[in-house]
Amino acid sequence: MSAPLLAIRDLTVSFATRRGGHAFQAVSGVDLTVQSGEVHGVVGESGSGKSVTMLAVMQLLSQSATIAGSIMLDGQELTALSDRQMRKIRGARIGYIFQDPMTALNPLLTVGEQIAEAVRIHRGDVGHKHAVARAIDLLRLVAIPNPEKRANQYPHEFSGGMRQRAVIAMAMANEPDLLIADEPTTALDVTIQAQIMELLDQLRREKNIGIVLVTHDLGVVAGVAKSLSIMYAGRVVERGLVDDVFAAPHHPYTKGLLESLPQMDERVERLSAIAGAPPPISARPSGCPFHPRCPYVIERCRSERPVLRPVGPIDVACHRAEIVAADKGTLQDA
Amino acid sequence: MFAYVTKRLIAMPFLLLGVITVAFLLTHFTAADPLTSIIGERQMNNPEVVEAARQRWGLDRSLPEQYLVYLGNLVTGDFGTSFRTRQPVAQDLILRLPATLELVIAAMMLGTLFGITLGVLAARFRGGVIDNLARLFALIGASAPVFWSGLLVLFVFSVQLGWLPGPGRIDARAVAPPFVTGFFTIDTLLAGDWTGFRSVLLHLLLPASVLGWTVTGIVSRMVRASMLDVLSQEYILAARAKGASPVRVLLHHALRNAMLPTLTIIGFSFAYLITGAVLTETIFAWPGIGSYAVSAARGLDHPAIVGVTIIGGAAFLIANLLTDIAYAVVDPRVKLGAKAGA
Ligand SMILES: Nc1ncnc2c1ncn2[C@@H]1O[C@H](COP(=O)(O)OP(=O)(O)O)[C@@H](O)[C@H]1O
Ligand SMILES: [Mg+2]
Repeated sequence: MSAPLLAIRDLTVSFATRRGGHAFQAVSGVDLTVQSGEVHGVVGESGSGKSVTMLAVMQLLSQSATIAGSIMLDGQELTALSDRQMRKIRGARIGYIFQDPMTALNPLLTVGEQIAEAVRIHRGDVGHKHAVARAIDLLRLVAIPNPEKRANQYPHEFSGGMRQRAVIAMAMANEPDLLIADEPTTALDVTIQAQIMELLDQLRREKNIGIVLVTHDLGVVAGVAKSLSIMYAGRVVERGLVDDVFAAPHHPYTKGLLESLPQMDERVERLSAIAGAPPPISARPSGCPFHPRCPYVIERCRSERPVLRPVGPIDVACHRAEIVAADKGTLQDA
Repeated sequence: MFAYVTKRLIAMPFLLLGVITVAFLLTHFTAADPLTSIIGERQMNNPEVVEAARQRWGLDRSLPEQYLVYLGNLVTGDFGTSFRTRQPVAQDLILRLPATLELVIAAMMLGTLFGITLGVLAARFRGGVIDNLARLFALIGASAPVFWSGLLVLFVFSVQLGWLPGPGRIDARAVAPPFVTGFFTIDTLLAGDWTGFRSVLLHLLLPASVLGWTVTGIVSRMVRASMLDVLSQEYILAARAKGASPVRVLLHHALRNAMLPTLTIIGFSFAYLITGAVLTETIFAWPGIGSYAVSAARGLDHPAIVGVTIIGGAAFLIANLLTDIAYAVVDPRVKLGAKAGA
């Protein structure tokens, strides 16, 4: 296999507190690999460090963040780049899609202007007219009807789903190798969600791009992603091919997430199978960060933090992975 | 947009009528007797003189009558005759308004230009040296009394350094340009008087800077605050994610949005300065509306007071209209007739 498109190794991001005292780790020792032409899901509850990881890739974290570890794009180390060098990568080789299309577009510029801007920032040789023509092509690519007219409209004249399409068009402006979609459908209706996911998958197939699909919803990942990483409290706790993980989750947290998914015959979403809430960044538990919520907890989990280890086809950070994988009952029964 | 402006223009006379009525009533319910200032204390004991004066100025009629007469006169451009200058108030105003407008426009140009620049820099380098210097500069501008800052700059730049001329609109030895617009900058140019033009510009610089300083103070704080707010928005992060340079993000994306709340402040400052430039006009011997207003108030000169109030009210209304139009031009979310949505 050639060098992966994106390879994050042992990434740790800490934020300095206001008083300059203790720095808290939002992301700890994260490894993540994304191949060209495939969708990699990154799944975890809110606050698990997904966005911080992705913004670290873009080098767009606030000044108070300190990054350690390695982030390689196609064999090139991004953490060593200056901001000027990084600007040539942002929007050109990596496209970024934000969670809320209502706030990700500048309200005072037309949608066409904003897409054309993405083109012209990286292609100084493209004139204004050509950039606008390209913007219209991009709107057509993301299946926005009547693109010539739409390009001249402002974001507030777009519906939520159409805005997200426009944001995707903007991210695709320079035919990037990698798309990072940070909860691209969280703010949208269920029917629109499916359309946006279909669009992303179509772009992957047609342009052979790699996509990181960040979500807190395992269900979103199920249809499109080939592999996934489950994050909890700033760490990857389980990763593998989607089929393998869905067939037999090895981490109790993954098991709980899967059980929270609505089943085929159910109309309403089930309540979370996992009791409690994730720990705040300032009070991460000792040992396994999941142990206070874990029904499989044993004494060892409280004192010794499990590291990612291969169990069958899956990498998992759990002392009791074998028992969890073999348990056919639900998390609540365990 | 056109319909919107038309609507606002139609509303203007009614709003002005409100201003006129309030001004008229206020001056007439102030306790002091204006006759004193017309005929002097000593003559007040002379019933004949008093009666003649009352009739001459229409003070013998009932208040509603006086009001109607006044309104009727206004429509024909007759603001009455000043008790004090014995000149038609309209003529006084026409002579003095351009002086004030020239000063205020220059001050606004300097003030907003510096204010926006300082505000952007302060927000960009938040907490740094520039931010603190800008804060200090703004604080002095907004809070230092003009008689202090005015005298200070006069002393330093005119008296000590001799770089700039002292008070007045044009060199004392020069002849004022023939009255066309009343703006000395324009009138000297129209007359082809380059020396005069230069002199006018130099005379304008100090008072406009002093007045503009207060504007800089307000505008820079407003720009800084709204820049900080805008810079935390997701579309700024999105612009950076496109690979936009810091300058592009700051000016093309952030400043445009930050200007929206600032437009209101700029419009308000402009309207305020039309009648609020009193101290600056006094210190720089500037024959404008502000100093006229003070003399009118001191002399209980009713027609002049009402006239100045109407000008001030009109200035507010016009500034308000212009602000709204500017808003509609910058912000596409402002729809015809109403400010829509977020
Ligand atoms: N700029 C920041 N300063 C301090 N803490 C931050 C900052 N950004 C994120 N965090 C913290 O990092 C943790 C992970 O956040 P995030 O990556 O946004 O989670 P999510 O998985 O929901 O995307 C959270 O606890 C959040 O409070
Ligand atoms: Mg997030």
